[in-house]
Amino acid sequence: MTLNCNAGALGYAQTNATIERMTGMALQEPILAQQYAWPDDDLTIIPDWVYTDAAIYAREVERIFHGPTWNYVVLEAEIPNAGDFIRSHVGPTPIVVARADDGSINAFENRCMHRAAEFCRELSGTAKEFICPYHQWTYDLKGNLIGIPFRRGVAGKGGMPADFKPQEHGLRKLNVTTHRGVVFASYADDMEPFTDYLGPEVLREFEATFDGRKLTVLGHYRHSLPGNWKLYHENLKDPYHATLLHTFLVTFGLLVAGNRSLMLTDASGRHGVMASAKSDKTVAGDTKKEMRSYKEGMTLREPRFMDFIEEFDSPWSVTMATIWPNLIVQREMNTLGIRQIVPTGPHEFIIKWTMFGFAGDDEAMTRHRLRQGNLMGPAGFLGLEDNEAIKFVQDGMQGAPNGRHIVKLDPATPAGTSDTLISESAIRAMYRHWREAMDL
Amino acid sequence: MLDKRDPAANDRRIEALLLHREVEDFNNAYAAALDEQRLDEWAEMFTDDAFYVVISRENADRKMPVGLIYCENKGMIQDRAFALQHTAMFAPRYLRHIVGNLQILGEEANGDIRARANYVVVQVLLDRPDAKLHQVGVYYDKFRRVGDRLKLAERRCVYDNLLVDNALCLPV
Repeated sequence: MTLNCNAGALGYAQTNATIERMTGMALQEPILAQQYAWPDDDLTIIPDWVYTDAAIYAREVERIFHGPTWNYVVLEAEIPNAGDFIRSHVGPTPIVVARADDGSINAFENRCMHRAAEFCRELSGTAKEFICPYHQWTYDLKGNLIGIPFRRGVAGKGGMPADFKPQEHGLRKLNVTTHRGVVFASYADDMEPFTDYLGPEVLREFEATFDGRKLTVLGHYRHSLPGNWKLYHENLKDPYHATLLHTFLVTFGLLVAGNRSLMLTDASGRHGVMASAKSDKTVAGDTKKEMRSYKEGMTLREPRFMDFIEEFDSPWSVTMATIWPNLIVQREMNTLGIRQIVPTGPHEFIIKWTMFGFAGDDEAMTRHRLRQGNLMGPAGFLGLEDNEAIKFVQDGMQGAPNGRHIVKLDPATPAGTSDTLISESAIRAMYRHWREAMDL
Repeated sequence: MLDKRDPAANDRRIEALLLHREVEDFNNAYAAALDEQRLDEWAEMFTDDAFYVVISRENADRKMPVGLIYCENKGMIQDRAFALQHTAMFAPRYLRHIVGNLQILGEEANGDIRARANYVVVQVLLDRPDAKLHQVGVYYDKFRRVGDRLKLAERRCVYDNLLVDNALCLPV
C-alpha cells in the first residue's frame, strides 16, 4: 500500500482512519516518518507538506503551541487592574487572561467545563467573575469553578452527583510568566524561565525594546492572512526579501544591501532578530542595478514620516524579533508593535497587532509613532506587501503536489546567525528546531 | 412641499436640500475615483490641512488612535496615493465603494459642515471566484467650501469588521 505524501486538506485523521479500517491497525510512527520524510535530510530544501498538510498542522498545535513553548498572550498594560480581562489565544485555542484581586495574572481556556461553551464573549473588559451564559456555571478570576445552579437539584430531585467536587472542575489553566510587561502562557508545566527560553542574545534585543519604561497601548490591528503561519516567521528571518520587495525600506536607506545589519538567531534556532542600522549614504551603482524596486529621486511630501528619533540603547534603528512560536516584536524606528500569530489551520492565520508607546511620550512623540505606523499593519506600505507575498506563496503551493522550496542562500552559514542580508540561514535554523520539536 | 406663508423657511429647506445633494454628489465622485483607482484625483478631494484616518471600531470605541491609514495633512495623502500607484506591490483587484445613508449633522464654528454616511467596500481578487465584503463602516466627515468646490477637511473611516481580509491595499 502506498500513501499519498501530500494528504492536503483530507489530512492525517482521514488517512489514519482509512488505514485502520483496511489493516485493523493504528497508524504507526514509522509509517508517519516515511510519509513525511524530509527530502535528503537537507535543510536547504523545504517540502510543501510543511505548509499545507492538515496532519502536520494538528501535530504543530499539539507539540508546539500546546507544547514546551512560551506563547505571548497580552501586555500587562492592557489589564492593569484587578478584574481586567482580555480574550486571547494560545495557538488556535481561545483563552482568557485575567488579573485577580491579589494582582496575579491568570490564563485559562475560554471553554466551560460543563458543555464547552466559549463563555467570555467580550474582546476585553472588567469582571468580578465569569458566568457561562448557557447554564450559568460560574468561575472566579483564577478560573476556579465557584458556582453550579441547582447543584443539589430541586425538592430533592435531580442535581449533580453527591460526590462531584467543583474544585476538580476548574477551567483548564495555563502557566503564566511576564517579562518587562509582556505576558506569556504555556501548557507545559516544566518550562524553563522566559529569560533562558530566549537565550542571552535575543533577550538583549527584547530588553532593548522593552527597556523598562511603562508601556501605553495605542491600539490594535487585526487581520487574517491566507497562508501558513510559519511563513510569517520566515518572512522576518529572510532579510533578502526586505532589500528587494520593500521600496520604502530601500529608497530611504532603511534596509539596503550593504547597510550594517545582522540576522541573529538563538542557539536553538527557533527565535530570531532581524536588525539593521539606518543609513544616509546613497546606494552604490552596482547594488542599485540588482534592486528593481529602487526609485531614484523619490521624495516624500511629508518627510517627517520617516524620521528616526533616537530613544533606544541599541546600535540598530530597526529590529524585528521573531519569538517562537507566536510573537513578533516590531521596533521599526519609532513605530512599535506586538504581532500575535493565531493559526486557524494549515492555510490561514490571524494576526493581532498591539501598537504601543511609552508613558513618558508627549503628544508630538505619540503623533510621530502614529504617523510612522503607516509603514506597518495590513495597510502599511511594507505591511501590505508582506501579506500579499505570503498569500502568493500559499497560492503557489495549491494544486501542485510534492512541491519543494529552496533556501540555499549563504551556504557559508549552514544554519544560524549571519551578518549578511543575502542569507536564508535563519530559516534553516528554524527548521532544524521545528524538525526536532515535531520529531520529523 | 413648499409653505406658501413662510418663504424664509422655504429658502432654508431648499438650501438644506441643495447641500445634501452637493455632499451626496461629492461622495459619489469620491467613490468613483477610488473604484477606478484615480488616486491623484482622490487626494485632491482633501483640503491642505485635512485629517484622514481609517480606524477600526474596536479602536475608536476604546478611544485608541491607531489607524490602518493615518494621514495628518494632504501631503501624507498624496504620499499614500503616489506610493500605491508607483511603489507598492499588491495583486490586481476590482473594488466597489458604495456610500449611503448620508446625514448632514450640522455646522462647526469655522463653517465646516459635519456629516456622516455609511459605506461598504466590496473587493474582487482575480484569483478568487467571489466578490467579498472588504469593509463596512461609517464616514465621519467635515466638509469645507474651497472656492466653488467642497473638500474634505476631515474623514474618519470607522470600520465595523473585526478582521481585515489580508490587506487593505487601496484607501476607503
